[in-house]
Amino acid sequence: MATVTEKERGAQTHPDVRKYAEVNTDILQMLSRPGKWWWILLGMSIAGIGLLAFSWGNQIINGIGLSGLNSPVGWGAYITTFVFWVGIAHSGTLISAILFLFRARWRQSIYRAAEAMTVFAVMTAGLFPLIHLGRVWHAYWLFPYPNQRLLWPNFRSPLVWDVFAVSTYFTVSSLFFLLGLIPDIAAARDQTQKGTLRNRFYHLLSFGWRGTDRQWHHFAKAYLLLAALATPLVLSVHSVVSWDFAMAIVPGWHATIFAPYFVAGAIFSGVAMVITLMVPIRKVFRLEKYLTIRHFDAMAKLCLVTGLIVFYAYLTEFFMAWYSGEDPERRVFWNRLFGHYWWATWIMLTCNGMIPILLWFKRVRHSIPALFVITIFINIGMWFERYVIIVTSLSHEYMPFAWAVYRPSFTEMGIVIGTFGWFAFWFLLFIRLLPPVAISEIKEVLPPPMRPKRRTKEEVSS
Amino acid sequence: MSTAREGVLASYDYLDSTLDAIRELREKGFEEITAFAPFPEHHIEEALGYGTTPMAIFTLVGGLTGAATGFALAVFTSLDWPLVTGGKPILSMPAYVIIAFEMTILFGVLFTVFGVFWNMRVPDLKSDVVYDPEFSAGRFGIYVTAPGDRLAEARQILESSGPSRIEDDPEARAHG
Repeated sequence: MATVTEKERGAQTHPDVRKYAEVNTDILQMLSRPGKWWWILLGMSIAGIGLLAFSWGNQIINGIGLSGLNSPVGWGAYITTFVFWVGIAHSGTLISAILFLFRARWRQSIYRAAEAMTVFAVMTAGLFPLIHLGRVWHAYWLFPYPNQRLLWPNFRSPLVWDVFAVSTYFTVSSLFFLLGLIPDIAAARDQTQKGTLRNRFYHLLSFGWRGTDRQWHHFAKAYLLLAALATPLVLSVHSVVSWDFAMAIVPGWHATIFAPYFVAGAIFSGVAMVITLMVPIRKVFRLEKYLTIRHFDAMAKLCLVTGLIVFYAYLTEFFMAWYSGEDPERRVFWNRLFGHYWWATWIMLTCNGMIPILLWFKRVRHSIPALFVITIFINIGMWFERYVIIVTSLSHEYMPFAWAVYRPSFTEMGIVIGTFGWFAFWFLLFIRLLPPVAISEIKEVLPPPMRPKRRTKEEVSS
Repeated sequence: MSTAREGVLASYDYLDSTLDAIRELREKGFEEITAFAPFPEHHIEEALGYGTTPMAIFTLVGGLTGAATGFALAVFTSLDWPLVTGGKPILSMPAYVIIAFEMTILFGVLFTVFGVFWNMRVPDLKSDVVYDPEFSAGRFGIYVTAPGDRLAEARQILESSGPSRIEDDPEARAHG
């Protein structure tokens, strides 16, 4: 075989992958060998779910008073974490749908795991409105349903928009995820032994996929259409989440920049989370061939760009508060920097504004350990961003006699930590049961196998 | 000579051999061709002479249904229990745009998913169809059916492109 020059390697997305069949072997081996660490992590995540169940159960039995929520701070750690998880979800759809429309060739090896992250993050976020309800058994009141008293939800309320946006987002991202999985599940089916439980599971989930021309023809078109629908959806969901705040006349919330500011923040935190998750997966399953330094470089750049937008939005908020001349607005922002919650604001500014500056340097973007650490800081910073927005504004509204301090209780902390276990549980099951890297889509960016050329007489004789 | 349809399945390692075989088969008048590929390969679709798919119609109908449902739901529920707030109109159309938008996307996606399953003829869980498990790994494939008296010709075309495997299917079990 002719040696490949460095330039030719540079033009390929996965220069070290030679054959199509190699992709199947490399990706499907992830499903067969769990390893010690997988079991340890699964145990930890189940412990997290236990903590969640205990704390939430306790709160259901004894009432919402177990949380630190008070008047005026009626939204605290729960809504903070809700927005955090919805935000995390967004980058999955960004990578799977928006980058698909832009034909970004580096998305192929990342998007499946990112999409799974989306589905599980929305599942996690969806718990919080329920947790936040004092009487969770009335949760169905959120939806419009015919009832004897002719009561309907108020469609002018951003909270009802949120119900529609988040439930649509969950449905759409799950369907998009499952549809994309079908050809890869068929690949897993073809490589497991017939008759085993796993084989039957894949056989059922593959819906009898055989990769015929007719199937691919419609599949590719449907995928494009779904990507085109998911793109405006993902932008709308976090806009609607931001309007939960921006529609209220609370100082620090009532701003028109909230929608783009929240969308940028969501993608910023989501891409950071994808990097955080991909680094250990790459290491444990030896996926260096598929997740090359270039992939991380591209994700880090995405982080850098969205991080700059977010930081710019922070500065705009402070400037607008000053420029508005509104006393309560000015006080809220002064209070953010130097008041009771100064530490949260400075964590946010450091993690989201200062630390990502490092990503300007190529050496940092090309260092996997550095990226891992930076993205964890970004995730911490993004949680605190929502905490700052929600808590500092509510605790410091218009009337000085109504100002109050909110402190998360142990119940709230238990639930917030527990949901990380819940998320990790689903993600760990996913990487063992379903192909975590898109097998068929990686083949699209590999050079197709062509017949070896017959050598001419001159070549043979020379 | 029998004229009942018989099938033959060939697997190829190379994309260009597959394309050559498809083109030659079509030139010689064989139309009942099914091609297999590990990923959506547009050259194969071109060689088979595919036009556009009707998928976008499903999406369009779904989206329009969703928009109508979203507006209808918000308008109907507001009028069902009219409650005037601040002397403003009972129907707040700008707010309902958001509901209609989300429902547009939701119904558009549901219809698209239904449409793609319908068009791909799945679910199809019978396991006795002629198939090579290597198709999902790295091989391309061609399955062609022909009346019994022309099968030898089809088989000869498939063989001339150098298949890595060839299998006869005398009962011509149809593929989706």
